[in-house]
Amino acid sequence: MKIIADTSVCVGAGQCVLTESALFDQSEDDGTVILLNPTPDGDALQAAAREAVHICPSQALSLAE
Amino acid sequence: MTEVTDPPVATFSPVRKCPFSPPESYGELREQPTLSKVRFPNGDDVWAVTKLEDARAALLDTTLSSMRSYAGFPTLQTGERVTREGAVPTLVEMDPPMHGPARQAVVGEFTVRRMEALRPRIQQIVDERIDKMLVGEQPVDLMEALALPVPSLVICEQLGVPYEDHDFFQSRSTAILSNEITREERDKNFGELQGYLYNLVVTKEENPTDDLIGRQIVKAREAGAYDRTAMVGMAFLLLLAGHETTANMISLGTVTLLRNPEQLEAIKSDPAKTLSAVEELLRYTTITDTVTMRLAMADVELGGQTIKAGEGVAVLGFAANTDPTAFERPEEFDLERGARHHVAFGFGPHQCLGQNLARLELQIVFDTLFRRIPGLKLAQSVEELRGKEAVVYGIRELLVSW
Repeated sequence: MKIIADTSVCVGAGQCVLTESALFDQSEDDGTVILLNPTPDGDALQAAAREAVHICPSQALSLAE
Repeated sequence: MTEVTDPPVATFSPVRKCPFSPPESYGELREQPTLSKVRFPNGDDVWAVTKLEDARAALLDTTLSSMRSYAGFPTLQTGERVTREGAVPTLVEMDPPMHGPARQAVVGEFTVRRMEALRPRIQQIVDERIDKMLVGEQPVDLMEALALPVPSLVICEQLGVPYEDHDFFQSRSTAILSNEITREERDKNFGELQGYLYNLVVTKEENPTDDLIGRQIVKAREAGAYDRTAMVGMAFLLLLAGHETTANMISLGTVTLLRNPEQLEAIKSDPAKTLSAVEELLRYTTITDTVTMRLAMADVELGGQTIKAGEGVAVLGFAANTDPTAFERPEEFDLERGARHHVAFGFGPHQCLGQNLARLELQIVFDTLFRRIPGLKLAQSVEELRGKEAVVYGIRELLVSW
């Protein structure tokens, strides 16, 4: 699994950080997503990545599996 | 030959029978194969979006404008919409390409990490209010004692607005959001709050303090893009949005938890569950039901229907959040359900800027209130709770004792 983040559409809602702070962070400057780990291993982290993609309000996140 | 006539359009009412049940018409509207038009109190026919999937699609689609001053923009408030002289759009009204950079300029103030850093101060504010409740007489109106002051104190400190002035802007913001007053009254209140914030911004221009307004002035000046009117609009929006919304969630959330004692027990014994409870409370009460209105700028397909340019769209959050295809047994409050895909904060590029502040405030309030006052109970029946008709749903007062 690979997480792809498009910061040009990210609106900095922070839903991904709230989902899994081991995978996502936010820029202090403009709030946009910072990928801490684009290739999560293990069921728990991969499930979190899927949830983050689903609830991302601007659909800035996607997955390549 | 038979003439094809459009079916009669149903009159729309967002009024709830009880604070925890969506208006009856929502279920029928949602069961239709495609979108239906409903007639607003001002006579406008508007497309009602009631399924979660359609709500997400609508709120992502920037063909649907957020610009509230456009003619034909759906509104439940009465009276003509007037464009105020010199008014610039606030974030909630902006469309691309204006919206993205404007939001990015301020959203860094509301990151998850930044909000978490406020935890000790918010805890202190909540504790102080509960200290006061505990020494006072019973019953207590929880709205006055806790629900309104907490978010109000927090947003004032964040923005750098003196809390002494809080009665002034609390009454103005309540009036501005009300659907129960005349346009003249609303405009008067709007003007007064705008005037107050204008003076505040001018003061901070001279001496930019270390608060959100001060920092935003410095940041915009450094970028060579400072605009006083826009800053007043920003202060206005944040003050208004950070106020009634969280307050109404505190009161309605408290009632919901008291009516569901096993689930209240679950968060009391394991506060790690409170955040899930907060998400479910947001879904279960959806106080922002009628906030997300849009106006089609071009023809667009939505929910199996063509929305024509110039037509209004009402994305009914409470309908979407009780869509049984997205939330099983939606009428039940269940903190274990996994409700994070709700649209109580909206969806798309306009999703609530202050959502992580709201979550934190609600989490701290519920954990602290039920820990410090374990015997808290309603001092009135649920049937006696009186809702208000406003942009943001809420109850007028909530009497509690212990």
